[in-house]
Amino acid sequence: MLTINNLSVHYGGIHALKGINLEVPQNKIVTLIGANGAGKSSTLKSIMGLAKASGGSIKFNGEDIVNKPTTNMVSKGLVLVPEGRRVFSNLTVEENLFLGAYLRKNKEEITKDLNWVYELFPRLKERVWQKAGTLSGGEQQMLAVGRALMSKPKLLMMDEPSLGLAPLIVKDIFGIIKEIHRNGMTILLIEQNAKAALEVADYGYVLETGSITLEGPGKELMVNDEVQKAYLGEHK
Amino acid sequence: MSFQTFLQHLVNGISLGSLYALLAIGYTMVYGILRLINFAHGDIFMLATYIAFYSITTFLLPWWAAFLIAIILTALLGILLERAAYRPLRNSPRISIMISAIGASFLIENLAIVFFGGRPKAFPIAPIFSKIVRIGDVSISIVTIIIPIITVIALVILNFIVNKTKTGMAMRAVSKDYDAAKLMGININHIISFTFGTGSALAAIGGIMWALKYPQLIPLMGVMPGLKFFIAAVIGGIGNIKGAVLGGFILGLGEIAIVASSPALSGYRDAFAFILLIIILLVKPTGLLGQNSAEKV
Ligand SMILES: Nc1ncnc2c1ncn2[C@@H]1O[C@H](COP(=O)(O)OP(=O)(O)OP(=O)(O)O)[C@@H](O)[C@H]1O
Ligand SMILES: [Mg+2]
Repeated sequence: MLTINNLSVHYGGIHALKGINLEVPQNKIVTLIGANGAGKSSTLKSIMGLAKASGGSIKFNGEDIVNKPTTNMVSKGLVLVPEGRRVFSNLTVEENLFLGAYLRKNKEEITKDLNWVYELFPRLKERVWQKAGTLSGGEQQMLAVGRALMSKPKLLMMDEPSLGLAPLIVKDIFGIIKEIHRNGMTILLIEQNAKAALEVADYGYVLETGSITLEGPGKELMVNDEVQKAYLGEHK
Repeated sequence: MSFQTFLQHLVNGISLGSLYALLAIGYTMVYGILRLINFAHGDIFMLATYIAFYSITTFLLPWWAAFLIAIILTALLGILLERAAYRPLRNSPRISIMISAIGASFLIENLAIVFFGGRPKAFPIAPIFSKIVRIGDVSISIVTIIIPIITVIALVILNFIVNKTKTGMAMRAVSKDYDAAKLMGININHIISFTFGTGSALAAIGGIMWALKYPQLIPLMGVMPGLKFFIAAVIGGIGNIKGAVLGGFILGLGEIAIVASSPALSGYRDAFAFILLIIILLVKPTGLLGQNSAEKV
């Protein structure tokens, strides 16, 4: 569904991505793990057109989308839950969710999805009129995911959805990820929490300072020695 | 002071305050979305009056058609201003775009002198606007009454757009976070254009009513009022639409109060705005309704 070939990203003099290859097949969960500053967020930003790719190609269902305006990506069904939630703090919970559906026209379907999001996150439903800025961190993350679902994604990308959340909420979020995957959603997941990510993922990539150093099915990466040492904190 | 004179001054103050409010909104909307003080806003206000003037005198249009055309063309000019002077600098340091704003202001003023001439022009006032109404012992020109009414109507419409429509929601989102707004599929450029168009249309409405009240047009007529509109926006808390309205009325009523309290003080009328600005900046730098801008500056 998404095919990345030899993608490079530069920020001024910094070479953040040094030609990576990555594939997200339909209906799968793919995860990208790596240390701080490895280039995970840069990968997602360049897919969405928020960071300029300096080389390489990004194909979505065969169509080249590299360096196109972000609004085109959203209308094609590429949706990103950005790092750090980025909910609109001055808008209410419901307004945030409606903004997720900004490009959609069909009122009935929007209402249907809104109810679905409230089913997934009953806490949001209780807080419809609350300003997003006054939500707790976990609630903001739920809102960020809910808002992305309102865009009716074909490929949902999430940048560290568990960042800064209590273990119980992390479990909830991963439960939701599995649940929306069961509904047929393709997911590209970025995580510091490598263990949780590899558990749900069909396939994983390990990114180190701008290059992919390891890849394989989630279960295999879990038992890989290097991964265990570097990301799962286990010593054998 | 008799009750009648008091009422007369009050009506005048409200009327002037309305104009300040309408114009302050343009500053505040642009600041809210671009974090830019649009120094050319006063000049946009001036252009609106000249467009109305030529529509009536040269093209012999009826006043209502002339006003409508002035509002539409001014909105387009506002959009053009952003495209030409601000958009190319969107990712440049703040100071560059500010200097571009000052440059745009000088450019418009000097082009106006070239094309419209430096000599003052008398704004043609349709008879319907020059009527005087008497309420009890108070006599008020009809324009003084129309101004607050039109202002209220414009504010109600603006409030509806900003708070109840999808575009308004997008405006509020863009003013908070460009990238997150893009991720919703919002086209930032469209929203910014829309903001400039709306702010400039309000400037045109204010400008036309200003010309009906003070019917003398000169190319530099936007300079001093422009500063005051800006001060009104700062007093209320720049970036906040309700604040701009509040600031506008405080400034308008305050000025009239000074003039009314003693004719000797009327020379200090313009100074009042600046003194008020200094006091506000000392006491509450974010303005009366401004939030502490910890969020995003
Ligand atoms: N806008 C930018 N300008 C300059 N350098 C940047 C910019 N954005 C990212 N970088 C640099 O690019 C590198 C990769 O950053 P990126 O945000 O992709 O890392 P990451 O893998 O998401 O890290 P983390 O886990 O901490 O979120 C870092 O060295 C970072 O400093
Ligand atoms: Mg990151």
